[in-house]
Amino acid sequence: MSTAATTETKPATPAIEKIKVKVDGREIEVPKLMPDWSGKLTPTTMIQACELAKTDVPHYCYHPKLPVAGNCRMCLVEFGTPALGPDRKPILNPDGAPQVRKSPRPAIACATPISPGMEIYTNTPGVKQMREGVLEFLLINHPLDCPICDKAGECRLQEYSLDYGAAQSRLVEPKVHKPKAADLGPRIVLDDERCILCSRCIRFTRDIAGDDALGFINRGSYSTLTAYPGRVFDNNYTLNTVDICPVGALTSKDFRFQMRAWFLKETQSLCASCATGCNITIGSREEKIYRYEPRQNDAVNSCWMCDHGRLNYKWIGREDRLKEVRVRGQKTTWTAALNEIADKLKNTPAGSAAIVASARQTNEELWLLSKWKAKLGAVSDSIPRTGEGDRLLVSADRNPNTNGARLTGICFTEMGAQLPQIAHGIASGKIKTLIVFGEDVTQHGIGAELLDKLETLVVSDILPNATTQRAHYLLPGCAHAEKRGTFTNVKGRVQKFMKAVEPPGDARPEWEFLHDVVHHVTGRNGFLTIEGLFNELAKDVPAFNGLTWAGLGDTGATVPI
Amino acid sequence: MIVNRKPLTIWERLYLPAIAGGFKVTARHLFRSLFGGKTVTMDYPEQKWALPPDYRGAPYLVRDQDGNTKCVSCQLCEFVCPPKAIKITPPGPTGPMADRPNAEKMPLEFEINMLRCIFCGYCQEVCPEEAIFLLKDYSLTGQSRQEMVYNKEKLLALGGTHPGIQKWKHKLEEAKAQQDFPVKI
Amino acid sequence: MDWNFIIFSVVKIAIVVGVVQGMVAYAVLAERKISAWIQDRVGPNRAAPPFVERIPALGPALIRLGLFQPLADGLKFLLKEDFTPAGVRKAYFWLAPALAVIPSMLVIAVIPFGSHLGHQKMVIADLNVGILYTFGIVSLGVYGIVLAGYAANSKYPFLGGIRSSAQMISYEIAMGMSVIPVFLIAGDLNLSQIIGWQGRHGWLFLYAPVSFLIFLVASFAETNRLPFDLPEAETELVGGYHTEYSSMKFALFFLAEYSNMIASAAMMVTLFFGGWTLPFWGLDHPATSLGMGLLQILVFLVKMLSFMVLFIWVRWMFPRFRYDQLMDLGWRRFVPLALVNILVTAVVLWMKS
Repeated sequence: MSTAATTETKPATPAIEKIKVKVDGREIEVPKLMPDWSGKLTPTTMIQACELAKTDVPHYCYHPKLPVAGNCRMCLVEFGTPALGPDRKPILNPDGAPQVRKSPRPAIACATPISPGMEIYTNTPGVKQMREGVLEFLLINHPLDCPICDKAGECRLQEYSLDYGAAQSRLVEPKVHKPKAADLGPRIVLDDERCILCSRCIRFTRDIAGDDALGFINRGSYSTLTAYPGRVFDNNYTLNTVDICPVGALTSKDFRFQMRAWFLKETQSLCASCATGCNITIGSREEKIYRYEPRQNDAVNSCWMCDHGRLNYKWIGREDRLKEVRVRGQKTTWTAALNEIADKLKNTPAGSAAIVASARQTNEELWLLSKWKAKLGAVSDSIPRTGEGDRLLVSADRNPNTNGARLTGICFTEMGAQLPQIAHGIASGKIKTLIVFGEDVTQHGIGAELLDKLETLVVSDILPNATTQRAHYLLPGCAHAEKRGTFTNVKGRVQKFMKAVEPPGDARPEWEFLHDVVHHVTGRNGFLTIEGLFNELAKDVPAFNGLTWAGLGDTGATVPI
Repeated sequence: MIVNRKPLTIWERLYLPAIAGGFKVTARHLFRSLFGGKTVTMDYPEQKWALPPDYRGAPYLVRDQDGNTKCVSCQLCEFVCPPKAIKITPPGPTGPMADRPNAEKMPLEFEINMLRCIFCGYCQEVCPEEAIFLLKDYSLTGQSRQEMVYNKEKLLALGGTHPGIQKWKHKLEEAKAQQDFPVKI
Repeated sequence: MDWNFIIFSVVKIAIVVGVVQGMVAYAVLAERKISAWIQDRVGPNRAAPPFVERIPALGPALIRLGLFQPLADGLKFLLKEDFTPAGVRKAYFWLAPALAVIPSMLVIAVIPFGSHLGHQKMVIADLNVGILYTFGIVSLGVYGIVLAGYAANSKYPFLGGIRSSAQMISYEIAMGMSVIPVFLIAGDLNLSQIIGWQGRHGWLFLYAPVSFLIFLVASFAETNRLPFDLPEAETELVGGYHTEYSSMKFALFFLAEYSNMIASAAMMVTLFFGGWTLPFWGLDHPATSLGMGLLQILVFLVKMLSFMVLFIWVRWMFPRFRYDQLMDLGWRRFVPLALVNILVTAVVLWMKS
């Protein structure tokens, strides 16, 4: 893992000097140096000072996680510095305060460092006029096709035009027309007419993704964003340019004309496609997921996520999802099935059961399974899932909760080591009961002929597979977007995710019915809410000690692994 | 405030003048409507109101003068609709292109539930494309609830044509005029 | 056994009942039409069987008059669901409409609606005590209403029933006393004899105008017509005693109310307006020819219908009385007035003799 994007919050170096500046007449103290996009300490800029002062400065090209370009001119502000006399001493007002002399020229807030005693004015008539002028320039050749544009509703050009722009265009000449709906890559559509040439996408793909694929050609009104001739913009991070594009120039092919942004319900969640655990926001409407967007978490994914993870949501809405509780192929109710399972398992002799859990389950579910395991004296394991990692975000471990499975005791250091033993146990008839959660064990050494030998096969899964077909007890589970819970990522970050959509049919969150069964089997009482369950888990598992559901916040907490 | 009630005279207390007055008034109306033909009732299906020019009837989709769908599926009407009567299915990335040049988008399906619609006119007001108008229809009937959900085809057929500035066509013409774009990409 | 008498009686009964029923139906239409005209509306003008429209000129005119509306109404009443609400006292609930209709039909039996047709007297039962019979039967009418109000087991019908019983009992006294001067003057209780007396001496309302006035007002109250329709009072009691009724049972109450109106109109014509007589063209004597007989029936019907129109007209003219006003008018005005009326008539007759 490179640290370029995932800057772990380091303990602040205490030696940074603080300086006093005034923002719109309010005096604040800001550090003299602040981390820039790459985490390097650089002199604090005016826009950072304004942000600390909670004053909004409109901007297009500036992005806290990208190198500063300073080409949109939207963040122009007026400022003043203490006047110096011929003796290089500050000139004092009669009341003893230093006299501040306003600079005759404005400055771009994103690239101008602050100096002691500086005063920044973001709200003067001059600043307002400048913003209006910049917006008028940006809109000269803008097609104003908001009704069609996918960005409408979350477009900076719309927002700032409303807040700072003039209501009417003074332009009578025909607009310059540029390529529309240009195919930039497999996942990106570019509308050059909408582009305001802020170069955020160019900087992102060059400096963050390391794939220098985009650039401007031509001059003046004819400046056009394009991919280098013969190159396709197809790296694994292209869709981040859609997020950072302040207008609708770059749009996602996947989300193109799917749903208007303002209809989407936003749910804080996590990406479950690899062990990195990128923080995401799920956009859903009427129980249908429309998109994933990265959510800023500097300890994990900064502002980015990979295209693979982002587009890996469509299976959640698949038609062939498991929707019915089935006992030996017959549809039944949760109560009936769970009672029957509990009765069976209560009388299972120790050592005759095995559990295959999934590292795609949440900490809470795995912990409940471990309680079960302890009661049954069962062998348990999970199934490793690996792929190729990259230097930015993608982890080689493709299970979102490998560390959770380890910490809760479902498997130990070497995941998958117990599987042959379980297969052998079934073959020899020692193991008569197998409990499988979210995995197709037929793909992992426990073949269909072995499953047929079992007395009891309890399977919970989301999509049908060879194992679910043979299940004696089939319990439909939920995708992570349909329930709440926590994952522990590859670096030991425990993060929680929220429920975006309702599960289909009779499907229930695994932790709910697991809790019921564990209650029946072990007799221990627990909590009926995910908050209570997590808090109990945190007390029980040493690594999680001291954590609480509420304490996890939006960005999680790190545990030792 | 205290209003003193005037005591009735003997003549009034006999009720007779009131009765006579009642007969007079009712008789006048009776003869007027019987022989003068002066009734306030309108023979509705045969006779109809002259609707005022700003009357708000049922909302329908309109086509432009070239017969193309004006709606671009921006879904603002769906958003603004107070009773949530409008349901638009956007085309998605694979859906059909708009049936007029240069406008990339057109609704895959556009449904208005006329049982829900309250004829408020917000959809007409919010529409950036002048594609939906409240026309003069007020008598909407159907045999089932499903029948009262008007789909895109029906709405377009009922809406007819509304000539307008044809923004998208104009853009296309402008772009064509710039064929000698300095550098070909 | 006089077979002739039985056959003719049955025929007369059939005709009279048929005519009364038809009149009820068209009285409802008249009510709706007259109310419409008074209120500047047009009233029912649509319902018609399909073929009527094709009759040139006449067909559309008949439809506009609403002449087929009663057919449609009747059909509707027959086809509507006959709903018996839960919690009603079923036996009484079913009995009440019948109890309301029967007396209203029975009253008509003693009304002489003509003099003679051939050798037949145009009255179903020419009783010596005709007027007493009438009062006896009329007072039974209240049971239907009271029973309906009681059986429905619901507060509005109950209030309607209570009001109705009080109102009818109160006004029966005034009504009964108002006709005593008539008998004093005519000297007979037989209605045919009273008509005969009027044919010879002139109509009785000239002799006993006060009696007529009290009788008129009391009959409004007895038939529950506005301005005395407190038992029904849609605005307060949601229809009063027949709130819980639907379909044909509801129609029976309607039938009873309009039959009562017809009976009241017939009584007034008989007692005060010379029945089938007219003081000219020799119509003041019992008919000697078939034509004269028919003409006298016609005269009777015209007089009666005029009173029906009056009933209807008044309904659309006055607001409803308040309950205390109603009782005040009945007990403190009409009862003393009727008593004085009797006294004065008696004294005048005594002085004359």
